[in-house]
Amino acid sequence: MDLTTVLQILDSTIRLGTPLLLACLAGLFSERAGIFDIGLEGKMLAAAFLSAAAAFVTGDVWLGVAAGIFAALLMSAIHGLASITFRGNQLISGVAINFLASGLTVLLGQYWFALGGRTPSLTGDARFAPITLWGAEALREVPVIGPIYYELISGHTALVYVAVAMVPLSAWLLYRTRFGLRLRAVGENPAAVDTAGVSVVGIRFAAVAICGVLTGLAGAYLATGLSAGFVKEMTAGRGYIALAALIFAKWRPWYALGATMLFGFLEAISNRYQNIDLGGIVIPVQFMQALPYILTVVILAGFVGKATPPRAGGEPYVKER
Amino acid sequence: MAAERQQGRQAAAAPDSLAIELRGISKSFGPVQANKDISIQVRRGSIHGIIGENGAGKSTLMSILYGFYRADAGEIYIGGRLTPIPDSQSAIRAGIGMVFQHFKLVQNFTVLENVILGAEEGRLLRPSLAKARKALADLAREYELEVDPDARIEDLSVGHQQRVEILKALYRQADILILDEPTGVLTPAEADHLFRILKGLREQGKTIILITHKLREIMEITDTVSVMRRGQMTATVQTAETSPEELAELMVGRKVLLRVDKAPAIPGRTVLKVENLRVRDENGVERLKGIDLTVRAGEILGIAGVAGNGQSELLEVLGGIARGAGSVQLNGVELDLSGKHSDGQSRRLQGIAHVPEDRQHLGMIMDFTAWENVAFGYHNEPEYQKNALLMDNEALREDTRRKMERFDVRPPDCTLAAKNFSGGNQQKLIVAREIERNPDLLLIGQPTRGVDIGAIEFIHKQILALRDAGKAVLLVSVELDEIMSLSDRIAVMFDGRIMGFRDPATTDERDLGLLMAGVDDVKGAA
Repeated sequence: MDLTTVLQILDSTIRLGTPLLLACLAGLFSERAGIFDIGLEGKMLAAAFLSAAAAFVTGDVWLGVAAGIFAALLMSAIHGLASITFRGNQLISGVAINFLASGLTVLLGQYWFALGGRTPSLTGDARFAPITLWGAEALREVPVIGPIYYELISGHTALVYVAVAMVPLSAWLLYRTRFGLRLRAVGENPAAVDTAGVSVVGIRFAAVAICGVLTGLAGAYLATGLSAGFVKEMTAGRGYIALAALIFAKWRPWYALGATMLFGFLEAISNRYQNIDLGGIVIPVQFMQALPYILTVVILAGFVGKATPPRAGGEPYVKER
Repeated sequence: MAAERQQGRQAAAAPDSLAIELRGISKSFGPVQANKDISIQVRRGSIHGIIGENGAGKSTLMSILYGFYRADAGEIYIGGRLTPIPDSQSAIRAGIGMVFQHFKLVQNFTVLENVILGAEEGRLLRPSLAKARKALADLAREYELEVDPDARIEDLSVGHQQRVEILKALYRQADILILDEPTGVLTPAEADHLFRILKGLREQGKTIILITHKLREIMEITDTVSVMRRGQMTATVQTAETSPEELAELMVGRKVLLRVDKAPAIPGRTVLKVENLRVRDENGVERLKGIDLTVRAGEILGIAGVAGNGQSELLEVLGGIARGAGSVQLNGVELDLSGKHSDGQSRRLQGIAHVPEDRQHLGMIMDFTAWENVAFGYHNEPEYQKNALLMDNEALREDTRRKMERFDVRPPDCTLAAKNFSGGNQQKLIVAREIERNPDLLLIGQPTRGVDIGAIEFIHKQILALRDAGKAVLLVSVELDEIMSLSDRIAVMFDGRIMGFRDPATTDERDLGLLMAGVDDVKGAA
């Protein structure tokens, strides 16, 4: 395997890992505040659809992103209303959001575009173009460093860089600011926050809103960066994989980067190598494609060591003595 | 008597010397009126006790004062000024700090993070943390409130966690400190330390409200005491002018016997014989390091010790909940300690009844009704079976009704969920379930923890009645008073071992305290 092949695999790792990373960070904010969110999938799907639709109609990808964030925020508002204001069951609310998004995207897609639930293909300014970083062309011919910089680091779409920047930003927000302290406290022991005179509901809604923005970005990236348009069920379980990655990452931003890139890597491998021939034994393509999902099951079954979720996760907060 | 000498004297206090005055506070939760027209005056710089049985409305009243609940009616005056307290933020601004019975701490945060939570200086944490670190050092020096500021809460002992709660309040410049049942979770030494802290705070002019149902604490530390019963304030008296007997009567509404009256024990044959019993916890740490003891028929063996020295493990392995190694004989028959008969059901069939220490987790299912809870562990008894397939629920309910009547469980409704009974009545249900089966050996842990004073008397009588019927009782309690008054022999545990045996007639708290602290047995009497 030569350097170019390795770089190509890693390059597609980054591209495929990006939506997972954004969704994983989204889940991180929500769950750290004590709101479980299995509706990541639905939020991403809604965002992917509306961003593709808006980008097609306006021809501007950034308006598409804004529409995607709007769609995910709307879903977040439903989840927040159900699980924070009305203290409903967070899992059920999340499942409902997944169903809602799955049905609504196809329905609206068919109604608006009559293409069987897809949006028309995006071209030109309606989708994200790769960004060539400063000096990439000049460095291209330099051995080793040149290809790494040119292939791997440069040449991604804007949202990839946004996603990566979100990692230190999230870590800073969570661990260095007042908001982060309160958010983490609300997920561990909301009564402590309440008795300290801070609104539990306010913090939780803020967290759910951040989750909406990040899933919005993830969905928009799927439809306008990774692909060129919306296709029915295009999230393909990425919301659930992001949740698995979140557990793998022990609810920490930097670990989330590693965990999601591992999943991205597996997906990249399975895309590149269809049938792997190991001296007589052929590993079928289906197995390779199932790898990320197999890893998800393994992680969720608890084979990666003990991960302690936020203590108040999933519990609506009710005042008591 | 004391009831009629309430309010009159209080009106004499000058308003500026009052830290808090509540006038006509009422609060209902649905049909239940938790507080009825309560008025109280608390002098500045005093320790004011509020005493009452569980469910008397003490905690509700204090939660209203802290803004956790809103009163339906009534006024709150702080320092003589009318101060509405709609939320906790207002209470904090008014200089009120509260230490809840169940701590409001974030377990995986450090002490510093918990202290600044909600009282941060700005959007970034670093300056707040630095300021709090300095403030904590000052407070620690002033009030004996030493805590490692960088320790995580989950690594701290309960006593230290409580200090963090006090520090939180003081860091927010609280002048008035409310403590809700602060000693319920503390060892005697920790409780003493807490009282020293509280006295120090009083010397600095702070006002302290202490909610408790323990008469001894009231007598030891308060200046004034208010008594609550069924949502009403029945009396406020100077502590120096009252007695535990008078307070107990005010609390319960009738005369209460504080000392246990018991006939001398007539021990018979050996019922339980434990030899070299060892237990390891799930981390492989040895929690019982070779226990030897015997309990005879018609005898109560009391196990004293600071919580966490192996008493829980001893009860659990004897009750069939945990597994162990060594030898345990019941009436000369070897018990299975680690095989397939080491479970609660087998133990019950062999004649061991178990009232577990943690009643809400091991003793009952809180969402189940009283009669269902009374069935647990005995659900296979023939009289509860209708036929081979179905249980006879009506027989069970009838049996539960009888038990509830005999044990004076209130309210006497066997279809009510367990969580709707007070702690004392829950315990009565469990004790009824276990004792009424006429076991050879009763294991009973913390029989009166969280139980009000009227029910304590009743439960103690039941334990003694079982002993007098010639049964063996193994009693575990962290309340030394309880051990001393009930036991016929006392064993003191420390670090998984028995430090020594004592005769309650010839020992005292100091002697037992030394053994509890792990000082080697010099008397050596067994």
